[in-house]
Amino acid sequence: MSDEPGSGFTRRDLVRGSLVGAIAASVGAKAEGAETATIGPGAAPLELTINGVVHRLSVEPRVTLVDALRERIGLTGTKAVCSRGACGACTVLLDGESVCSCLTLAHEAAGKSITTIEGLAEDGRLTPLQEAFIAADALQCGFCTPGMILSCKLLLDRDPKPSRQAIREAVSGNLCRCGAYNHVFDAVERAAGLKTAENGRRETENEAFNLHVSRLPSTVSRLEDDPRVASAIRDALEQEG
Amino acid sequence: MTDKIRVGFEGDFQVKEIAVAPGDPAPWDPSKKFSIVGTRVPRLDGKPKTTGEAKYSIDVRLPGMLYGRILRCPMAAATVTFVDLSAARKMPGVRAALVLAEPGERVRFAGQEIAAVAAATPEQADDALAAIRVAYQPRPFVIGLEAARKPGAPLVFDGKAETKTSAGEVESAGKGLARNGNVLGPRSTVKGNVEEGFRKADVVVEATYVTQVQTHTALETHGLVAQWDGDELTVWASTQGLFGVRDELAQTLKIPVSKVRVITEYMGGGFGAKFGARIEGLTAARLAKEAGAPVKLFLDRKEEQVATGNRPSSVQTVKAGATKDGKLTALQLTVYGNGGTNGGTGTSGPIKNIYACENLKVDEYDVFTNAGPSTAMRAPGHPQGAFALEATMDELAARLGIEPLEFRMKNDPSAVRREEFRIGAEKIGWKTRDSRRQTADPWIRRGVGVGAAVWYNTGNTGPRATVTIHRDGSAEVEHGVQDLGTGSRTMVAIVAAEELQLPLEKVSVSIGDTRMPYGPGSGGSKTTPSTAPTIRRAAFQARQQLAAAVARQWKVPVDSVTVAEGVVSAPGDPKHSLPWAEACKLLPGQGVSATADRADNHEDAWKRFTTGAQFAEVEVDTATGKVRVERVVAVHDCGVVLNALATESQIQGGVIQGVSYALFEDRVLDRRTGRMLNPNVEEYKIAGSLDVPEIDVIMVSVWDGVNNTNSVGIGEPATVPTAAAIANAVSHAVGARVRTLPITPEVVLAAVAEAEEARAKGGPV
Repeated sequence: MSDEPGSGFTRRDLVRGSLVGAIAASVGAKAEGAETATIGPGAAPLELTINGVVHRLSVEPRVTLVDALRERIGLTGTKAVCSRGACGACTVLLDGESVCSCLTLAHEAAGKSITTIEGLAEDGRLTPLQEAFIAADALQCGFCTPGMILSCKLLLDRDPKPSRQAIREAVSGNLCRCGAYNHVFDAVERAAGLKTAENGRRETENEAFNLHVSRLPSTVSRLEDDPRVASAIRDALEQEG
Repeated sequence: MTDKIRVGFEGDFQVKEIAVAPGDPAPWDPSKKFSIVGTRVPRLDGKPKTTGEAKYSIDVRLPGMLYGRILRCPMAAATVTFVDLSAARKMPGVRAALVLAEPGERVRFAGQEIAAVAAATPEQADDALAAIRVAYQPRPFVIGLEAARKPGAPLVFDGKAETKTSAGEVESAGKGLARNGNVLGPRSTVKGNVEEGFRKADVVVEATYVTQVQTHTALETHGLVAQWDGDELTVWASTQGLFGVRDELAQTLKIPVSKVRVITEYMGGGFGAKFGARIEGLTAARLAKEAGAPVKLFLDRKEEQVATGNRPSSVQTVKAGATKDGKLTALQLTVYGNGGTNGGTGTSGPIKNIYACENLKVDEYDVFTNAGPSTAMRAPGHPQGAFALEATMDELAARLGIEPLEFRMKNDPSAVRREEFRIGAEKIGWKTRDSRRQTADPWIRRGVGVGAAVWYNTGNTGPRATVTIHRDGSAEVEHGVQDLGTGSRTMVAIVAAEELQLPLEKVSVSIGDTRMPYGPGSGGSKTTPSTAPTIRRAAFQARQQLAAAVARQWKVPVDSVTVAEGVVSAPGDPKHSLPWAEACKLLPGQGVSATADRADNHEDAWKRFTTGAQFAEVEVDTATGKVRVERVVAVHDCGVVLNALATESQIQGGVIQGVSYALFEDRVLDRRTGRMLNPNVEEYKIAGSLDVPEIDVIMVSVWDGVNNTNSVGIGEPATVPTAAAIANAVSHAVGARVRTLPITPEVVLAAVAEAEEARAKGGPV
């Protein structure tokens, strides 16, 4: 989102606006160059088209799109993590462009086509990208996954055979704390029908395993009854609390 | 009953006799042909997690639900003199308000809880916080570890140290320890005589290592949704331990445990910080009671980063001695850890438990400061301890003129880890590492480093599970464990499917609810080695019950019926043989069901540590100080792997968190106000997709016979040696020792300057 004048209103405007009362904005009508509409400071009616379905609600102008989706409409697939556009968990597509729904006001999305993670599968049928995420185990806790998948979808829409570097860059705004990144790259390659590094890694594992078996020592020194074992476990558990 | 089992790892097994508890199957034998255990099984909840259907606790919405928010103290140390909620109570939408710090109470860090409100919308709750009136009497504060140790430093605790974290009361952890100002300890460990050990040494090195505060930064924040129905409380929590939350709520709210139900269907990461109801959970329950409506209280990102725990910083002085032939003679560690308002900052796990040394002395001190409390974080103490220890091993090896991996092998008592070192060295190209240091670009240097890991087989008794076999041949497992994202749900299904010899799709799993049989808290990497043997035992007993029920139908002796290879039969009686599904049709309507408690660990099995070795290859730009980790080879003892795919994911994640810890993460406090300056995820940087190395995961199977599945946990060991390996790789690249984490450009450039100075003096490069 830009702070340039005339580019719609920004979070900064929002904060300022909510302090002084009503805010004026060219909501929805801006594209046609129509006159400015004033909404707020109280709740104002709003129509949002999400995954092809129109939702009618009434929210204050300061309500962000992610809060409208999650707390008003109940589409909780979109996650709120940082609330300042730094992590990508709240990524949705707005008229086909990826935006952070935590930096987008609900009223700002009026009249636009919103795609959330709930809108990808059709009649319960997963897209190849979603299937690839599962097959490659491109997630652990799964909290970054909706945003991650939408970023990857946008990439594949624009570049059906992306390089690994292109995938890295496409998800560089999506933070994953569990560290599933390499499996995400594998999943996108898999969905794109590319030879995956994952296959390479598996060959490597087999190689390593064979190597492991062939180089084993003939005797194993025993650590049994090592008093350090008991005390170490005690320490570890104590520290865990 | 005793049984003979084989224990060890590929290529070398010993036969051990163990006592098998009645009703427990003997541990799987290395010759066991598994049908699903050890394969790459996509997680069962992959679909809800990729479609947005998965309901995390933070996603729960209930009719009439209110939103709770907490007001926090902006000062690092103060006494609350006045709190007035009357204006806040009159704000639009407000339904409940609570004082959390009464007048007269001390506040010990910027971000501590003062009061809370619940309102109809999140925005109204925010507005109401602004209407709370609080007055403070500011007090002197101290945030730095060195400053807090000085005589006359402001005292964080005047008397007994008390904390409100769930990581354990400070005084109980430090029972009987000396308190000197803000310093608690030492906790000491002594083995042999270090002074004598240093006298015997041909070479002695001593240096100090400094590490930073790391925050857990789970994506789902702490919190819960609380709903009262009369005197019964149901909460949806984001927790690593359902039953711990239940017990703390019951105890604190003074209601029976039987009246509290805790649910965690999906969970957005924990990494050690999510145990107990904690203050935000208790607050949500109290607000809900007062309002007579359900309350959702989840922290925002700033609160999460400031107040929910962290890996404490450390200043470690390591002194080590060895003889010319490369044998360690003495190891000594003195460590001070900045625990904020909590203790438990020790780092001695690695130095005590990795290399063999007859003489050891450890002194660990907790230092209290006016900062957010430390909490257990993924392998508490170990990444920082391994960093200092492994740097020391490299330095000793260099002084002795012994190849550093060879030096480690000489002192490593673990046959499994020595093998891991060999595998990893081969994979990373250890032998040619010196020749790779120079690149075509004179500014760019490459380096390769190694680090060792130790963890503990922490699986234990406590868990209970119910397995039911239905008349249609399908099976159901109920077990109150939570899945943090590690794949516990899938692991439970795999073990049941293996024991019942059923395909995975015939097994359904219910987890994540205290109404189910008791599950372990997920800390200490104990989930899998606690849960898997429980599930196997319950499935084993359900299978025995199936055999007994069929025997009754066939009117043959109960012990004459066996279930094997999917066939139920009375051996030697060809009339009586049915495929599984047909045999199940003989069951009564309720099927058969077994509830089992986990058996004790087999005391006389092969006790051992859980080991690992990681190798890192880095590229260092000596002009800018930027480090890029190109590749990590992670070789880990994984016990007997239940799900190779999820295990690989977890090791990948451990390595990536290690990269993040080594290079980026650092809590920064403002010296003037004591507030955290980077309570977010753009200035508190965690590794992103562009920072991630290629990672080779190699899982070594070890059959320890400790439990009936030979399983161990991998969550923690996977992150223990990463920072150590990276720091050693950077040191190798630039030719001078890195002794500070995170390895920022500033740290690298200082090392580069040190190497240049040494070169100017004609020293080694």
